[in-house]
Amino acid sequence: MAAVALGAAVTGASFGAISVGSGLPWWMPVLMSVAIFAGGSQFMAVGIVAAGGSPAAAVVAGLVLNARHLPFGLAIGDVLGRSPLARVVGSHLLIDESTAFAMAQKDPARARAAYWACGVALFFSWNVGVLVGALAGQAIGDTATFGLDAAFPAAMLALTLPSLKDARTRNAALTGAAIALTTTPFLPAGVPVLLALVGLVAFRTKKKEEAPCPSPQS
Amino acid sequence: MPVTAVLILAAGTFAIRIAGPLLRDRVTLPEKVQELMSASATVLLLALVAVSALTNGKQFGGWALAIGVVVGGVVAWRKAPFVAVIVLAAATTAGLRLLGVA
Repeated sequence: MAAVALGAAVTGASFGAISVGSGLPWWMPVLMSVAIFAGGSQFMAVGIVAAGGSPAAAVVAGLVLNARHLPFGLAIGDVLGRSPLARVVGSHLLIDESTAFAMAQKDPARARAAYWACGVALFFSWNVGVLVGALAGQAIGDTATFGLDAAFPAAMLALTLPSLKDARTRNAALTGAAIALTTTPFLPAGVPVLLALVGLVAFRTKKKEEAPCPSPQS
Repeated sequence: MPVTAVLILAAGTFAIRIAGPLLRDRVTLPEKVQELMSASATVLLLALVAVSALTNGKQFGGWALAIGVVVGGVVAWRKAPFVAVIVLAAATTAGLRLLGVA
């Protein structure tokens, strides 16, 4: 878990530095990280606005990106605890990592401990990382000279690569990227990225034929 | 990035997160919907990668930028640490620009 927390701190520092490099004040990435606490959508929102897109497009893209937390919450449910306070605070800590740590435990008490430990550790390491990165980013002057405009897409590409191993997701994503690229010269910034969702027509849901005939003993 | 946009995104994200634990007893999502949700996240991210790596928002963004991102992608694919990906991508683009590549 320490390695995961360290990774979050480093990713957070990159987010802070890159955001400030793209022209935001230092407190903006800090506010985003505390209030939104979902790295992918933060990168996404800043990236769209940095490219000249509208804040509305950034919000919509961020929300679509975070929609994946809904099934996480359904799967994890009572791990948070049933009291209203536990649900409110616990929900804010619902991220890919805390879900994964909790799901790895069979015993409910241990799952709860793992969820909260991971969520709290990542909340602190992520936000401290972002703060440090944002302050360091202020020291960097001209972002184009330092190639920071390349750091942004590279960071997001690194976040995306694991999901691209799945062929169906890859087809949809490549189709979507092609749509976004071809429409970019004609549409306001931010819109082509949303339009990429049309690429989902290339997404085939998994066929059930992998278990051809259910055997009686299973 | 207006503060309002940040707060709307934060509120919406929180609503999505708390909906799971609250609706758990009443709702089950079809597997197809779950798959589409996670695929759409990847679709959006890769589209943003493509647009911000290859364009300046309107037209081709220049070779220095594109090559820097490709270098970062290759390094990430070879399982390099996240920081190495970012530093190498930025350094490549910065170096190419220093050499006069647009």
